[in-house]
Amino acid sequence: MKVNEQIAIDHGLKKEEYKKICDLLKRVPNLTELGIFSAMWNEHCSYKSSRLHLKKLPTSGKKVIQGPGENAGVIDIEDGDAIVFKIESHNHPSFIEPYQGAATGVGGIMRDVFTMGARPIANLNSIHFGSSQHKKTKNLLRGVVHGIGGYGNCMGVPTIAGQTSFDSSYNGNILVNAMTLGLVKKNKIFYSKAAGLNKPVIYVGSKTGRDGIHGASMASASFDEKIEEKKPTVQVGDPFTEKLLLEACLELMAGDSIIAIQDMGAAGLTSSSIEMASKGNLGIELNLNKVPCRESKMTPYEIMLSESQERMLIVLENGKEDLAKKIFDKWDLDFAVIGKTTNSKNIELFYDEKQVASIPINTLVENSPMYDRKWKKTKLPKKNLIKKEEFKKFKIKEVLNKILSNPNVCSKEWIWQQYDHTVMGDTIQKPGGDSGVVRVHGTDKAVAATVDSSAIYCWAHPLTGGKQVVCESWRNLISVGATPIAITNCLNFGSPEKEENMGEFVECVQGIGEACEYLKFPVVSGNVSFYNQTKEIGIKPTPSIGGVGLIKDYKQMITMDFKEIDNLVLIIGKTEGHLDQSLFARNILNEKNGPPPEINLFNEKNNGETVLQLIKDNLVRSAHDVSIGGIITAVSKMCIKGNKGIEFNKPKYFMSDTEYLFSEDQGRYVIEIEPKNLKKVESILNKNSVHFDEFGKITDKNMIINGKTKVTIDELKSYNTNWLSNYMN
Amino acid sequence: MKSAVITFPGSNCDRDMHVALNKFGFKNKMVWHNDNELPKSDLIVLPGGFSYGDYLRCGSMASKSKIMQSVINFAKSGGLVMGICNGFQILVESGLVPGILLRNKYLEFICKNVFVKIDNKDNPYFKNLDKEVFELHIAHNEGNYFCTNDQLKEIQDNNQVAIYYCNDNGKTEEKFNPNGSLKNIAGIFNKEKNVLGMMPHPERMIDKSLSGEDGSLFFKNLINNIK
Repeated sequence: MKVNEQIAIDHGLKKEEYKKICDLLKRVPNLTELGIFSAMWNEHCSYKSSRLHLKKLPTSGKKVIQGPGENAGVIDIEDGDAIVFKIESHNHPSFIEPYQGAATGVGGIMRDVFTMGARPIANLNSIHFGSSQHKKTKNLLRGVVHGIGGYGNCMGVPTIAGQTSFDSSYNGNILVNAMTLGLVKKNKIFYSKAAGLNKPVIYVGSKTGRDGIHGASMASASFDEKIEEKKPTVQVGDPFTEKLLLEACLELMAGDSIIAIQDMGAAGLTSSSIEMASKGNLGIELNLNKVPCRESKMTPYEIMLSESQERMLIVLENGKEDLAKKIFDKWDLDFAVIGKTTNSKNIELFYDEKQVASIPINTLVENSPMYDRKWKKTKLPKKNLIKKEEFKKFKIKEVLNKILSNPNVCSKEWIWQQYDHTVMGDTIQKPGGDSGVVRVHGTDKAVAATVDSSAIYCWAHPLTGGKQVVCESWRNLISVGATPIAITNCLNFGSPEKEENMGEFVECVQGIGEACEYLKFPVVSGNVSFYNQTKEIGIKPTPSIGGVGLIKDYKQMITMDFKEIDNLVLIIGKTEGHLDQSLFARNILNEKNGPPPEINLFNEKNNGETVLQLIKDNLVRSAHDVSIGGIITAVSKMCIKGNKGIEFNKPKYFMSDTEYLFSEDQGRYVIEIEPKNLKKVESILNKNSVHFDEFGKITDKNMIINGKTKVTIDELKSYNTNWLSNYMN
Repeated sequence: MKSAVITFPGSNCDRDMHVALNKFGFKNKMVWHNDNELPKSDLIVLPGGFSYGDYLRCGSMASKSKIMQSVINFAKSGGLVMGICNGFQILVESGLVPGILLRNKYLEFICKNVFVKIDNKDNPYFKNLDKEVFELHIAHNEGNYFCTNDQLKEIQDNNQVAIYYCNDNGKTEEKFNPNGSLKNIAGIFNKEKNVLGMMPHPERMIDKSLSGEDGSLFFKNLINNIK
């Protein structure tokens, strides 16, 4: 088939992009070459709309060993240990085929981590669905949860935390973001930069099939009514093969045979071979007849664009082929020498002894398009004036019931009970807490991880929302006693070709950057997912932030369950009564306008560091950050988990009970302390100028509000625990 | 005391079991499924995981592994063989214990703490334990034990039920059954009681920072019984 402009457009390329390809090559590409360009130049692989803005994020720091640009980020956790981690989206495939889409998302991110030599030790996920009333939601949720569990459970990697939300803006585009943490010795990290001439290029893992062809291109376009037809672009996962691949790769990595290694993820053999050569400033030559294929008569075009899963490309030291082959044979995996590194600086493909493609690598990578797209600034909305009399008609107990059973607040146990969260024997904080925590095997250290997003705040004001998500991640780490180290981000947005959506992206990234900079909480890896859009309707801007922190002595880890009767409960941070964009305003008052709560980075840092100091001084028995639903929601969860009650009174502020209890001001925590330590705690808080309220006292079984409203623990539990399981069954 | 844990392709609780056995005083060796011979051992463990990806039927392909012939011979000569979770599935597929394991009743993977009641202490695994109800952890998709009426009668006549799912007071009612298994059965013995298959993972409950410590009681007692 002779290539022309229309064929290029059918491959998702723009007219100008096709022209640029012809100019760069000084000729018309053949079909295989066009396929390679389309795979490398799509949004998913080239970051052409986002690169300009991502450059502004802070990516370095004392603890950063590897920032963005590799398969995953790497941070130092002392004693020669390092944590490799990254989050990635698998949104488009998960909507089309929820089980396989979610499963291969989990498989892909684990591969990114073990490609760097790290054994995966924890998985997390952030999943977002349409309204619970929407006809597709239930099946999508079930399929995604089964897919995540199906893959992670089989791999034997615990899923330790996650986030699930429901919002009608995801009706036509769900989000599935998967995150993995791996553990590696600092001096045994593997990179994707090839080096040296005539080094053998090795293909290992599963055979190449016709699945997933053009997956990355599909993920770089909006949906329309014919989306079901795209099913063949969704890859099919085989976690068993990936488990073998993990063990085989780690066995080979124990030696010194590997120069560079890269997993075949999006755009398969194309992007993996080109990235390794590009980073090493080399050429690469592949003989496609040598690629192990699952089906007969696969063309060079199909081989290069297949996104079959569980495959790796390795550049080996000369003479190590036999040793490597023996390891892969032991694990019953395919192994083939398919090419070599060259000094041509081209990717050259051969098939049936004929050259079928030859492209200068710099045209695919450095010369790929980069756009400075038009974007629109969002104004800070005006505050709503809610009349104080309005609040009087609400009974606190009824509102609390509605809030605790809200799909975005209720217990997600139905989900995480389907994930193996205890395998590997080091999970010391299970899902359902502020962060998941796993011990660093055989040491006193533990690593905490959390994944967060706040689409409502980002939608109301992207700049504030972007800052808020980073702060929430920071708070969730501190609440378990971990020192925050770094984040990974998964930026889920609508079409960058629309000024509003591009504006949301630019300003969220700016907010993320400002908060990361201030908190010294750098971004070490991430991924951008645009085109989460069906026809004209895009999702609410949803940056997911995956935060990682270190607990030096795991015995100092904190959980949120109230521990002991008669202990005191303090609220750290100032409550201003900000209700706009709160769950209360949106779901009880039905008021969807107004600005999100303001972020004060100074208070955020000061409050967080002070809470961490109290924890390190062994003065805190339980802790939980205050997030959606306000103080009363946070306190209710601590009661439920600890099976204890609380008596509290609203401090004498000039605001109503409703404002105090349901407002969503930022930078706040609830902590439990022993009465004998009150003086000591007060003096530390005062010394650091941290505002706090003496709030209440832990009791055996009821929540008593202002001496008059009584809610029993069983009532709290039934509000919070039943919604999701009832909905799903 | 010496033990050996078999690693099949897809096993993923082999390391956890190795850690637990060593912690309580066993000298454990890892054995590859494709080996012919077992090292000299007082206890052989088939660990949890997804041997051969649970493809075909859970445990069926692993039950035909090269090493399994030696494991079967070892069991037939009276050696102690314990299968946990996927290991239990391999035991039923290889015929070392009766019955089969179906998919969980609600067709979902379940990972949580459960209580189990020990029915019969006249065996090397549970002898000398000073309590009956244990809190252990399950994590499986196919733990729904099933057998024919004739088999059930034989199992009960021979006291072969090792543990039942129950509540914290030891009540073995249907509502405390997490996966629909027949008579709340969570683990069974062979006729001679030297082979034990069970769904719960004692190796995940070996220190107080984990889900609990009842697994420690099990392993401490086990090594004392073998000594």
